[in-house]
Amino acid sequence: METATINNNFKSEEYFINMGPQHPATHGVLRLLLTIDGEIIKKVEPDLGYIHRSIEKMCERDSYQQIVHLTDRMDYLSSHINNEAVCLAVENALELEVPERVKVIRTIIDELTRISSHTLWWGVMGMDVGALTSYFYGFRDREMINDIFEETCGARLTMNYNIPGGLMQDIHPNFVKRVKEFIAHFKTKLPEYDKLLTGNIIFQKRTKGVGVLSKEDAIAYGASGPVARGSGYSCDVRKHHPYSALDKVSFNEALHTEGDSYARYLVRIQEMWESVSIIEQLIDNIPEGDFKVATNAVIKLPKGEYYQKVETARGELGVYIISTGGKNPHRMKFRSPGLSNLSLLNHITVGGKIGDLVATMATIDIVVPDIDR
Amino acid sequence: MYSSLIITNNIHSWVLSLMPAAVTGITEMMMIAMIYLTVFAVLGLFLVLMERKVAAWFQLRIGPNRVGFFGMFQTIADALKLLSKELTGTDKADKFLYNLAPYFLIISSLMALAVFPFSENLQAFDINIGIFFLIAISSIGVIGVLLGGWSSNNKFALIGAMRSGVQTISYELSVGLSLLTMILLTGSLQLSEIIEVQKSGWLIVQGHIPAVIAFMIYMISGTAETNRAPFDMVEAESELGAGFHTEYSGMKFAYFFLAEFINMFIIAAIGTTVFFGGWLSPFGITESIPWLGVFWFLLKAFALVFLMMWFRWTFPRLRVDQLLTLEWKYLLPINLFNIVLMAIIVWLNFTIQF
Repeated sequence: METATINNNFKSEEYFINMGPQHPATHGVLRLLLTIDGEIIKKVEPDLGYIHRSIEKMCERDSYQQIVHLTDRMDYLSSHINNEAVCLAVENALELEVPERVKVIRTIIDELTRISSHTLWWGVMGMDVGALTSYFYGFRDREMINDIFEETCGARLTMNYNIPGGLMQDIHPNFVKRVKEFIAHFKTKLPEYDKLLTGNIIFQKRTKGVGVLSKEDAIAYGASGPVARGSGYSCDVRKHHPYSALDKVSFNEALHTEGDSYARYLVRIQEMWESVSIIEQLIDNIPEGDFKVATNAVIKLPKGEYYQKVETARGELGVYIISTGGKNPHRMKFRSPGLSNLSLLNHITVGGKIGDLVATMATIDIVVPDIDR
Repeated sequence: MYSSLIITNNIHSWVLSLMPAAVTGITEMMMIAMIYLTVFAVLGLFLVLMERKVAAWFQLRIGPNRVGFFGMFQTIADALKLLSKELTGTDKADKFLYNLAPYFLIISSLMALAVFPFSENLQAFDINIGIFFLIAISSIGVIGVLLGGWSSNNKFALIGAMRSGVQTISYELSVGLSLLTMILLTGSLQLSEIIEVQKSGWLIVQGHIPAVIAFMIYMISGTAETNRAPFDMVEAESELGAGFHTEYSGMKFAYFFLAEFINMFIIAAIGTTVFFGGWLSPFGITESIPWLGVFWFLLKAFALVFLMMWFRWTFPRLRVDQLLTLEWKYLLPINLFNIVLMAIIVWLNFTIQF
């Protein structure tokens, strides 16, 4: 029997549409230039620069203590981890050994930051696929972490808690108690996340097999973080190049091999469990000691080039400093995870529907100030 | 004994005493129209408040609680705000169609509201093709959506409108066929007669298995008909901004908004009338007090409205191709099979009747 053939005389016309910079799904001021044929996406071109603040140039002007404060404003959802990257780079350059207490506290707050970033992502992920309720569930749990941060260092989002040489001040006496409270609370709430979204058949239909990224492409595009790990590329900096107290804890690197949006989703959910486990291992064993080592009031790095990478909630953040021996860096470069993760958007969304683009973009988890810097 | 018929008869004789008999007809029609407009507005305001409260309870929030007790006047305040808003429009929009579009929606939902038996004898028109009329009228609304999206001169609105067209036309079939399944039981399209039949058991009980299947299909496709989540392709705020009403502001936007909520009530009201006995009380417990019919009708309708809100605040949105797959590959074949099943059950007299 002859199969029916579609009459190709029917000509469809590709058209151009502007998604953003003001659009609910672009999470800030990202502008996507879409070429679509009906609902099917033919081309996605991200247009960057709407929130460019030339942070790298500003770094050349500032002292190393001041640079830490600028990094808050890059990936504002992992501000503490960004701060830590600069501090570690400066400390390594100065060959400064920070106290164990500092390392443990930094790692605990890192993981809290990661959980807070992932809960926000989870809420927004639900919202992008149309389940508005998840947003509030995510924010409920994130709020508890923000309260802990507020008590610890006075800020909720842009923390500035790290300084080269240690921490700005010691942790609040309530810190351990409140973190334990949060962990107990969060362990009961995380299964709720699965009930609300993960197991939902509509959600699975929306994400499974959508935005598939192969391991080779993940490496070729320089993807990192949950995006790369969803494709089976083991790239967790915490595992491969442990920093701070991460060499003292045992945790599994969340890896999935499917490479679709659902795999990236599962990686992040699993990472939240791993972060909980890391915090549980450390929270009872915060060593006594100083919360910082004294540094010179004006830090001058020896002449040379320094690189430090850390694992933020979005992937690998690299800090590259070229010093000529002065009090400012000669050149500073941040390798932000968001930019390289965004670069593969066109590759994995072409051929999908508009709904797929939104669902895929949610699992890439972009933070626009991190991309633009 | 107290029946709504007494009130209507009294009003009729009062109107007759005031004016010549020739104009009483028109006067009474105007009175009924005014009553329905009021009911329409109040219902819309209440449904918006209900949606916001239900959403808040689902989302660990309190919801509106500032304006009036329990936030009662929040939607009135919102409506006043929308009234005072400037009506903006896009350049190069098709002005005539652009301004016409909201009225299609609002008129279709107002007309559909007119045929419901809110209680015994409390019905504006008891036409003998009631269900048919409802299905026909409720599909006029999509013209408004299509026109609105088309004439806005906005690509997002256009995508929303096209999605709406494809969605509503598809799900229209399921709504019609699932109601047709129930018509096999009643043998009449007239709404008052459909309720009369249910005095010996609600249709969902009378028709048991096929009726339950029909009800599920009806609720799914009814939700899709009203363009609400998980079928809110038309608006899909994370994809299309605000979809077909992106370019509407002020009261024109409010018309779309109000019509969406009234349509939700209409779907729930049809469901109540056809599946759950309309104004009949469960097990006839208040049969001696007919005016409680309004209470039972609204109670059942709002229970179904709550069900639809529950859908909205828990489910993610389907993708547009999945939406059509669901309708054409699953709901429609099941529906056709279900009609045959119901026909067999009616033919063999396997219905449950008290």
